[in-house]
Amino acid sequence: MVGTALFFLFAGFAIMCAISMVYHKNPLYSAISLVGVFISLSCIYITLAAPFIAAVQILIYAGAIMVLVVFVIMLLNLDDDSGPNRLKYLYTLGGGLGVVLLAQTFFIFYAVMRASNVPSDQTLSAGKTLTIGQAMYTEYLLPVEIVGILLLMAIIGSVMLARRLAQPQLEIVVERESELRNDEQ
Amino acid sequence: MEAVLKTAFPFMVITAGVLIGFQMVLMIVAYTVLAERKVLGWMQGRVGPNRVGPWGVLQPFADLLKFIFKEDITPDKSTKFVYFLAPLVALTCALLPIVVYPFGPEITSVDWSFLPMGLGEGVKALPLTIARIDVGVLFVLGITSVGVYGIMLAGWSSNSKYSLMGGLRSSAQMISYELAMGASVIGVVLLAGTLDLGGIIRAQQQSTFRWFIIPQFIGFVVFLIAAFAETNRTPFDLPEAETELVAGFHTEYSALKFALFFMAEYVNMFTVSMMCTVLFLGGWYVPGLSHVFEVGSIPYAVVSHFAFIGKICAFLFLYIWVRGTLPRFRFDQLMNFGWKFLLPVALANVIVTIIVVFFLNR
Repeated sequence: MVGTALFFLFAGFAIMCAISMVYHKNPLYSAISLVGVFISLSCIYITLAAPFIAAVQILIYAGAIMVLVVFVIMLLNLDDDSGPNRLKYLYTLGGGLGVVLLAQTFFIFYAVMRASNVPSDQTLSAGKTLTIGQAMYTEYLLPVEIVGILLLMAIIGSVMLARRLAQPQLEIVVERESELRNDEQ
Repeated sequence: MEAVLKTAFPFMVITAGVLIGFQMVLMIVAYTVLAERKVLGWMQGRVGPNRVGPWGVLQPFADLLKFIFKEDITPDKSTKFVYFLAPLVALTCALLPIVVYPFGPEITSVDWSFLPMGLGEGVKALPLTIARIDVGVLFVLGITSVGVYGIMLAGWSSNSKYSLMGGLRSSAQMISYELAMGASVIGVVLLAGTLDLGGIIRAQQQSTFRWFIIPQFIGFVVFLIAAFAETNRTPFDLPEAETELVAGFHTEYSALKFALFFMAEYVNMFTVSMMCTVLFLGGWYVPGLSHVFEVGSIPYAVVSHFAFIGKICAFLFLYIWVRGTLPRFRFDQLMNFGWKFLLPVALANVIVTIIVVFFLNR
């Protein structure tokens, strides 16, 4: 009873935040709305007895990734010149993807309705830190390792890209400066 | 009526716990502000506040009254909604971790069957925490990391260059030092084998050294330094460096909104001190107290609780002491120190701890 009420409260908040994220013109408002989505999702995880996933959701998505996104938005200080005419084809693309997503949702509804309603013993302990850790480092060790290597590659790649981009730009600036000075003389 | 009362009783207990716990923490925080002014006064050869009440003990309430009655100014060009939201986010994220504070040991000696209508039936222990979450450490770290938004949004929405600089500095600083802080906690979690704050205290009672500060001294030092940076205190108070940025992110805030930021900063100090106490100094645990009082009795809980508060107050004094002693870092020094020294040291500590724990558990 209380659980259902809380679910509808947080789910409604999540959907409201998601809609406001899509419809806001200002990127900072969109980012704040996305943080709202993450926080209400994590509240839903807590009501589903998965506190570890809830804490990690807040710690990583709301606390780390979105902070970086907001940081970038604040640094760039974007104006409202998104150029809607140029991106017209995206409407059709988005509409098509939306239809696919909706079909998937209905399929999952259908599958869940048809499945036999057996309460399993695993549901209570599934969200515990110990269970997640054991599953990650025994049964799903290979996927975890693959994801780890992928992330490491991404880190090294981003560092390489940032370095390679920074040096030529600096040279261009220096060249321009010296040209300007030669012109003045 | 009886059935309604029975279902509502747990919520009533939790509400009472929230009221008592928050009230206590906020009172200690209010007197931390007074203690800071007094101690800084003594360190600088001054008297400190002494006008309101005997020895100035009513000063916090006078300050609060002043904040309430001051004019609330909103800058003309500010982004109104975000400008109102920012202090609320800051204070909410500062206050939320109080919910998982382990204030003391469980009281098991009281028989609760005297409560009317069988409300105390089956109740064996009264835990001195408001909510027992399986992942208390992650909860505290996560909520405090969301608190950055308060500062960032305040800096952005004020539409003032000083505020924006303060907000940017603060977010960069907090992102950088969060990593070192998280890495220094991993060592303790490895030794304790749990993420529950109460479980970490119990693991320290059963360990060889009693307090994790002895096997995890490097982790303790890293955590303490990162904690100073996370709470924007001297020597890392660049977000509000008054000589360069006026007051940093809260330059444009006045009256009660400024008071909310002020309170959030001191509650964050309290939270970080609590984490330091729980992770490294055994929380409420006093070695040898179980020989004096019976474990689970009320005197045992009371003495343990005051030991917990005393340890936290020692850390709060350390904060004030450092503020009166050290000058401020330069920003590039701060970044270099965080990324090139503190984080590698914390990671090395984690690796050494993993190896030691692996061989101990074989």
